[in-house]
Amino acid sequence: MSEAAAETKHSATDTSEMLSWDSKARRVVVLYLPLLCFLIILLFPFYWMAMTSFKPNAELYDLENHNPFWISSPTLSHIYHLLFETAYPHWLWTTMKVAVASTFLSLFASTLAAYAIQRLRFRGSQYVGLGIYLAYLVPQSILFIPLATMVFQLGLFDSPLALILVYPTFLVPFCTWLLIGYFKSIPYELEECALIDGATRLQILRQITLPLAVPGLISAGIFSFTLSWNEFIYALAFIQSSENKTVSVAILTELVTGDVYQWGALMAGALLGSLPVAIFYSFFVDYYVSSLTGAVKE
Amino acid sequence: MSVTAIDTWARPRQRQGALARLFDWKPFLVFICLLPAVGLLLVFLTYPLGLGIWLSFTDTTIGRAGQWVGLENFQYLFEEPIFWNAVFYSVFYTAVATVGKFGLGLWLALLLNNHLPFKSILRAIVLLPWIVPTVLSAIAFWFIYDTQFSIISYLLVEVLHVRETNINFLGEPWNARWSLIAANIWRGIPFVAISLLAGLQTISPSLYEAALLDGASPGQRFRYITFPMLLPILAIVMTFSIIFTFTDFQLVYAITRGGPVNSTQIMATLAFQRGIPGGQLGEGAAIAVSMIPFLVFATLFSYFALARRKWQQGESND
Repeated sequence: MSEAAAETKHSATDTSEMLSWDSKARRVVVLYLPLLCFLIILLFPFYWMAMTSFKPNAELYDLENHNPFWISSPTLSHIYHLLFETAYPHWLWTTMKVAVASTFLSLFASTLAAYAIQRLRFRGSQYVGLGIYLAYLVPQSILFIPLATMVFQLGLFDSPLALILVYPTFLVPFCTWLLIGYFKSIPYELEECALIDGATRLQILRQITLPLAVPGLISAGIFSFTLSWNEFIYALAFIQSSENKTVSVAILTELVTGDVYQWGALMAGALLGSLPVAIFYSFFVDYYVSSLTGAVKE
Repeated sequence: MSVTAIDTWARPRQRQGALARLFDWKPFLVFICLLPAVGLLLVFLTYPLGLGIWLSFTDTTIGRAGQWVGLENFQYLFEEPIFWNAVFYSVFYTAVATVGKFGLGLWLALLLNNHLPFKSILRAIVLLPWIVPTVLSAIAFWFIYDTQFSIISYLLVEVLHVRETNINFLGEPWNARWSLIAANIWRGIPFVAISLLAGLQTISPSLYEAALLDGASPGQRFRYITFPMLLPILAIVMTFSIIFTFTDFQLVYAITRGGPVNSTQIMATLAFQRGIPGGQLGEGAAIAVSMIPFLVFATLFSYFALARRKWQQGESND
């Protein structure tokens, strides 16, 4: 529906533009120029990150004789240092494990919950839905201190398992709401037909609803992956030993040594840590946009 | 209702085991389906929330179970200038950053809502700052704000010659406060812009046509059509944004860690500093719990905004 709406919207803006915008020059000043400024400002930190991570230290720390916006002799030394002289690959691997495991855990939990709330329609289902929505509004910064004591008592302190179990608390509410919206868009008649044919509820969920909900599941999955990849405060509070740290925490706590910051290595670390999500993102941009806007609209 | 009737009619045809029939019994199925999600949330969200409130009334430290001390933690905090400074900066940070994010985000959304070439690529680029892990982009900002090698100082001093000396971005309290707010706005614009863009695209074009025929100026069209139609989605996005800006931790911790001399400490970083490295879990929990009244206020705001516009939750959403 949104595409059709967008189409008609386009034609509408076109006609209104013809009526209200007289000159091309005005369009450039009012539209393209601000847009260009926005893009430059939004992208500059990434450009800067990439520049710094390939720049030799001699150029990096000498702004007088080198143009800081360009690299005259690019080097891979920062990335080499990161990959072979620090535990960076290990941190990446831990982050990946934690993100994938918590994504699957929360997808499993939220698919079942969303199906129960939207399709089984029991008494009070909307209150359960509201409760899950409210859970999304509880921020991590309130929970990390009591969770740290819990994690300690459960003997999970300094273990990635603690993160895998705790991350679903902010992933499940989001995924459930996304999937409730998605299940709503699948015609209920399909399930009625299957019920008449004698299928059980679980067969219906597995063979009819889930295959139709695959785009919703992908959206929820990539969103969960990104959110758990980006998580910081729990990983900072629950993990102590260097080899179990996630990328974001490790860069801040392990790479910052002494008073002189290794800007090249720090930036290379940030760049490499952003790459997996950025690549993932580039494949599924449309799912991201639809899940972001869908979740807001729900 | 008709579904259960069909169920009883279909049952004789099924020759399945007791287990399969149990899974087709609706109350049991509902229970099983809700168990993982609700269980996880109760154990790792509701219980810690209660535990946190309890901890804030005890003198627990790391490695020692605490005694009930009543309001002592709060009394101590309320007399401490650092705590009030954190409250002030949390509110200031949230207020300024929200205004900035929504002003610029709405502008960007309006720009993107025009007929543009490469629209989907543009949208993808705009969302990038929001996708990349906050801490990692914060590190980029940390370098951009460096005292010696800041690129902004370089531009102002060497290229534009408007200043003589480098700006000490993170060394002076107010510079550091504004720098953090700028980084937060940078990170928040994409989310606001893309959500509002989705809202803009649902506004029926016939409204604009009618307004155009009546001779409405672009300003009037924005004031009387775009803005009121956008208000419900704006209210929700704003509630989310306020909650997550107020409880922000990553950006501040990564760039300044609350320094210089606690001037950029916000409540979340102060709670962390006292609770985890400082070991005073009770006091940290008390700081975290002090955030709750602010959050309840924001949530009520969201609830009433939602309740006012029924179409947001209703079946006829599309």
